[in-house]
Amino acid sequence: MKDRILNIVENFEKDPGRMMDILLEVQSEFGCVSHEAVSIIASALNVSEVDVTQTRSFYHFFTCQPVGKYAVYVNNSVVSCMKGMSEVVDEFEKVTGIKFGSKTQDGLISLHYTACIGMSDQEPAALINSVVFTELNREKVRKLVADMRAGKAVQEMFTELGDGINAHPLVKSMVKNNIRKAGPVTLGEYTVGKGLMKALGMDSKAVITEVKDSNLRGRGGAGFPTGMKWDFCSRESGDHYVLCNADEGEPGTFKDRVLLTERAHMLFEGMAIAGYAIGAKEGILYLRNEYAYLKAYMESVLTELRNKNILGKNIHGKGFDFDIRVQYGAGAYVCGEESALIESAEGKRGEPRNRPPFPVQKGYKNKPTIINNVETFCSAVKIIENGSAWYKAIGTPESAGTKLLSISGDCKLPGVYEIVWGMSIKEMLDMVGAENVQAVQVAGPSGICLPPSQFDRKIALEDLPTGGSMIVIGKNRDLLKDVVLNFMEFFADESCGSCVTCRSFNMILKNSIEKIVEGHGIKKNIDEMMAWSEILRKTTRCGLGQTSSNPITTTIKNFKELYDMRVKDVEYQSEFDMSKAVKDSCEVVGRPAIIHE
Amino acid sequence: MSEIVKFTIDGKECQGKKGQLIVDAAADNGVYIPVLCHMRDLIPAGSCRICTTKVNGRYMAACTTPVDEGTVVENDTPELLDIRKAIVEMLFVEGNHFCPSCEKSGNCDLQALGYKYQMMAPRFPYAFERRELEASTPKIFLEKNRCIFCKRCVRVIKDDQGRSVFAFKGRGKTLQINIDKKLAANLSDEMAKKAMDICPVGAILRKEVGFVEPIGTKKYDHKPIGSDLKNIYQ
Amino acid sequence: MSKPIIATASLAGCFGCHMSILDIDDRILQLIELVEFNKSPIDDIKTFTKQCDIGIIEGGCCNSENVEVLKEFRKHCKILISLGECAIMGGLPAMRNGIPVKECLEEAYLNGPTVGLNAEKVMPNDAELPMILDKVYPLHEIVKIDYYLPGCPPRADLIWAAVVALVTGDELNIPYELVKFD
Repeated sequence: MKDRILNIVENFEKDPGRMMDILLEVQSEFGCVSHEAVSIIASALNVSEVDVTQTRSFYHFFTCQPVGKYAVYVNNSVVSCMKGMSEVVDEFEKVTGIKFGSKTQDGLISLHYTACIGMSDQEPAALINSVVFTELNREKVRKLVADMRAGKAVQEMFTELGDGINAHPLVKSMVKNNIRKAGPVTLGEYTVGKGLMKALGMDSKAVITEVKDSNLRGRGGAGFPTGMKWDFCSRESGDHYVLCNADEGEPGTFKDRVLLTERAHMLFEGMAIAGYAIGAKEGILYLRNEYAYLKAYMESVLTELRNKNILGKNIHGKGFDFDIRVQYGAGAYVCGEESALIESAEGKRGEPRNRPPFPVQKGYKNKPTIINNVETFCSAVKIIENGSAWYKAIGTPESAGTKLLSISGDCKLPGVYEIVWGMSIKEMLDMVGAENVQAVQVAGPSGICLPPSQFDRKIALEDLPTGGSMIVIGKNRDLLKDVVLNFMEFFADESCGSCVTCRSFNMILKNSIEKIVEGHGIKKNIDEMMAWSEILRKTTRCGLGQTSSNPITTTIKNFKELYDMRVKDVEYQSEFDMSKAVKDSCEVVGRPAIIHE
Repeated sequence: MSEIVKFTIDGKECQGKKGQLIVDAAADNGVYIPVLCHMRDLIPAGSCRICTTKVNGRYMAACTTPVDEGTVVENDTPELLDIRKAIVEMLFVEGNHFCPSCEKSGNCDLQALGYKYQMMAPRFPYAFERRELEASTPKIFLEKNRCIFCKRCVRVIKDDQGRSVFAFKGRGKTLQINIDKKLAANLSDEMAKKAMDICPVGAILRKEVGFVEPIGTKKYDHKPIGSDLKNIYQ
Repeated sequence: MSKPIIATASLAGCFGCHMSILDIDDRILQLIELVEFNKSPIDDIKTFTKQCDIGIIEGGCCNSENVEVLKEFRKHCKILISLGECAIMGGLPAMRNGIPVKECLEEAYLNGPTVGLNAEKVMPNDAELPMILDKVYPLHEIVKIDYYLPGCPPRADLIWAAVVALVTGDELNIPYELVKFD
């Protein structure tokens, strides 16, 4: 083991900055990153063991104990639950004879939960040794477990392949694209290299001006003007970096998955254009581990682009050098926050940084860095190709262009839709065949829970901004239990824990909503949750804490009656339950519990 | 010479060096902004959020935000005081802080802030999480029950090659402070003392010495935290 | 007008807070002028004989009997005060919180260094004994508490000032040095 690990460390030139890659390889080879492995890595890199552990313990795909030969990660996000996750879980537990969070005695199978894996349009879904399995049910689970016991290779456990590139020999995945609507920009016609060729014929400043003029704004959700970001960054001196945020962790989002599958060339081309614009030689695609099934294909696209001299040295003879590497994450939602992503790409725990300085000033390796979403880079290619005027003419005055939506939940046609900004929620619901809708969760858990009375609102940065996640929630759902509580559990798990208020309040708020769902809540709790959410919003460093109370606050605002129905109108109520409290001790000492009430 | 800028805190005219962190500039003007994770001249952690102030109308951590000419800081407002009190209460329910049995009692910054804000009972339910006491290193105890994740030890205590003796482990609710047993085995008495001194609570304690200062002579026995600041510009 | 009536009790505490009540020294003479005591170790009245105005409770709840006494207090007292760290947050007994009660009992009666005295390794299980709770509860998690006086023990001057303020209705001004958690 020692030699192999040293070999891995060597392969990454003993660079602590490549800690993520080192740990990923060790995890995949040994099924865990054991204490012994940590110790070997630490001494090889000349860092302390606690520093290696710091990174190792932050990401949930790194484990200290070996996972099973088949490590099953079932997605427990909202949409998966809606689509029957509990049956899948029950069947897995029944046929393997173990509970989630544990491993079979023979070490063959381990069962784990994981947050949204970007398959909300084909749930319930799971990852088994990084291979995606979609639309699971009891029968499929039985077959999967039988295959595992027969020692089948994971890739051979399914026969039907998905559409498009999913069927590519280097992908061979059952994932479906579910592209329901292609628009003129990201999913429209595309010829590889055209945009970059045009950009290289322009002055780099002119490229930035073109992007600025197009009014393109960040597609990850925050909507920061892209051209302005590139401009700020280009003004800084020293080496520059282009980072692409493909961490797509917001539950209910999967549009980047489709772009990465069907528009990988376009994405890399967009990164090269950005590199040319700001003066960078190096780009990093930070790709969430859930999409590691695209790894071989991504590498082949990069090779192809190098061969075509769209990447590499002296691109198209214009004296511009640019190359891209793919950095995989290891399971941490917060790494979608740009500065946390940088930390992670540097091999550290994904903890958001304090600002100032901003990434455009001090980003990756403390050098000026731009970080944009996959869709943003893809849009930039078309903007350069067709000009800013063409782009600006699409959409609304404040929200130019198109937006990819990932629509899932209680609707007939879940999938990816490239819409023109300005569409109303009602139009969207008609488009996806949704009836009897109780609410639409706009922009994922960190967004807002919208009631039918507001369905005439428009999907646009000036009204309902979104990174793309749209979850349709039917009338039959228990909004507080099925949705809000699930979201709060998610945030409590995913907070990096560095800010006191984010670490603690997400737990406290989760417990409060749980108390209300279980019927122990009183009126006062609702006001408390609002007040505490406000403190959380005002005191945290990054977007996670600033938005993580939204599931609670937006439902209190828009669905107050659901709370009122569940709380008692009394001044004080204790949750104390004598029989529960004495149960264990009575059992241990062997006496009956006698409760007088 | 760095450029001197004028700014205000709650209307009081102050001056500071351009780019200086608000919390330090405030202290230089005799204005106390509470801190737990901050230490002057150390890379800010910005993690305890107790120094949350309103800077030009926006809620910002005073320990990560630089002053500039004309910066308007709100510090001593009922809203901010309540936020700070809430943070103190939160830290008290999150960890297991049994003040009566803690050697740092009286010298503890968290406790002192509890006194300052007259915390009688926290508004939040106690978590009572199980945390460990790490006592296997020769010089120090690491009492994880009391850690408030300020990262002071993480940032300050390094070995002679610059390697970290302390680091975080886990995330979110499973976050804990971790000590490198190999490096801690070679920790000098001087570093061990430093680690204990910079810990704002009683999470890092030295072995073989203890309870040196009697009750009544400790830092916060008679005067509230922050009452010793002097205005260096007067 | 009749004098306000006070009741006190020590639950999972060490009686240190009651000692601190006695630490008001000669002011105890003034106190009996001001108030009347009902159920309290101070006068040894074991059960409530009337409704009281103020209940002062030391200690948290570690067993079923503590809970019952506490609920009796809530029933019989208009105002309830949590006195001291144990009442407010469980205090030192709550150091067992977070550890499963099974582990605690096994440590105490089967595996701990003092179990030599318990040769038969019996865990107390007589039906007459109070039942142990899964953790030590702060009082306000079981009944509504109106006021909190921290300290281990709360300083006698703090107790005095608080009781006088409650009885007289005067405003309570607490000097810095009186509120301590140790």
